[in-house]
Amino acid sequence: MEERKSLNPYLGGALAGILLTLSVVFTNNFFGTSTTLVRLAGKLESLLAPSHFASLKYFQQIPPLIDWQAMFVAGIFIGSLVSAIVAGDFKMQAVPDMWQKKLGPSRGKRFLAAFVGGIIAVIGARIAGGCPSGQLSAMVQLSLLGFIAMPFFFLGGLTAVRFIYRGRD
Amino acid sequence: MKLLSGLIAGILFGILLQRSRVIRYDKQIGALRLLDMTIVKFMFTTILVGMIGVHIFLDLGIIEKITYREFSWGGAVIGGLLFGIGWALIGYCPGTAWGALAEGRYDAGVGIIGMIVGALIVAELYPFLQKTVLSWGYLGSVSLPALWGINHWFIIIPFAIIVVILFIGLEKKQL
Repeated sequence: MEERKSLNPYLGGALAGILLTLSVVFTNNFFGTSTTLVRLAGKLESLLAPSHFASLKYFQQIPPLIDWQAMFVAGIFIGSLVSAIVAGDFKMQAVPDMWQKKLGPSRGKRFLAAFVGGIIAVIGARIAGGCPSGQLSAMVQLSLLGFIAMPFFFLGGLTAVRFIYRGRD
Repeated sequence: MKLLSGLIAGILFGILLQRSRVIRYDKQIGALRLLDMTIVKFMFTTILVGMIGVHIFLDLGIIEKITYREFSWGGAVIGGLLFGIGWALIGYCPGTAWGALAEGRYDAGVGIIGMIVGALIVAELYPFLQKTVLSWGYLGSVSLPALWGINHWFIIIPFAIIVVILFIGLEKKQL
């Protein structure tokens, strides 16, 4: 199946901005996703190590329950899945094209980077008080946080990517 | 009903992310390598439209109040840089990784397992983080209009001009 043409990012972004506005107007919820990872981790820990789980203040502040944001994240998965299938974009792939071209076809290497990157990214996002969708919301609000954290996301990313792709251009 | 609205918002957001292709590793890292600015265009259009929309409804009294995010210089700078480093390795964000996994890019699934491990680590470190990084330069829940003592439109309009200039620059350089 041939891939359909992608949506213009300005149009997609504008529609997402309208969606965000409607979400705040009707449900009083801004977008964010990283708190859901904390709730998921808490659920896991409550099952595997219940007594240690109970001793952690962080999981008392952010208890493992299904809230608006958890449903929002589940929705991202469902929406992307349906959209990818309808558009003919669905493809089982372990190593992204750019990675394969510049850094080689090894799955182990790619999985290791994704795993370690995931750990560091979430520690950073939680310390910063939100992931990109949360900081995007913070900027929409005109919270100071978004205007400082977002540039530092890019600064950290631009610098690190230079090392990862060094000598591969 | 409230939970259902979250699901619907997520589905629509997922469709927009997928159709704009911003959930892909190649697009995310493409932006960090300054080769393809698709995600920057998407992101900043969302911010601009959302900013204008939310503040119109705030002025109309339809949105009653905004709960601003807590800010500390330590958290924003150190957390921001750490996130960036992790982002460069994984090539997905905590939100877009779910969309990428749904597209069949299962390295994102490995990344999500890493993210859950990261959240477990944060839970362990939290008391320490509160005493250190998160307390460095703590300012509370602060907004730019309150900080500078000006009406929000005096920030939104200049911001809009800067974003439009950025977009014109990106289009000229065909990024």
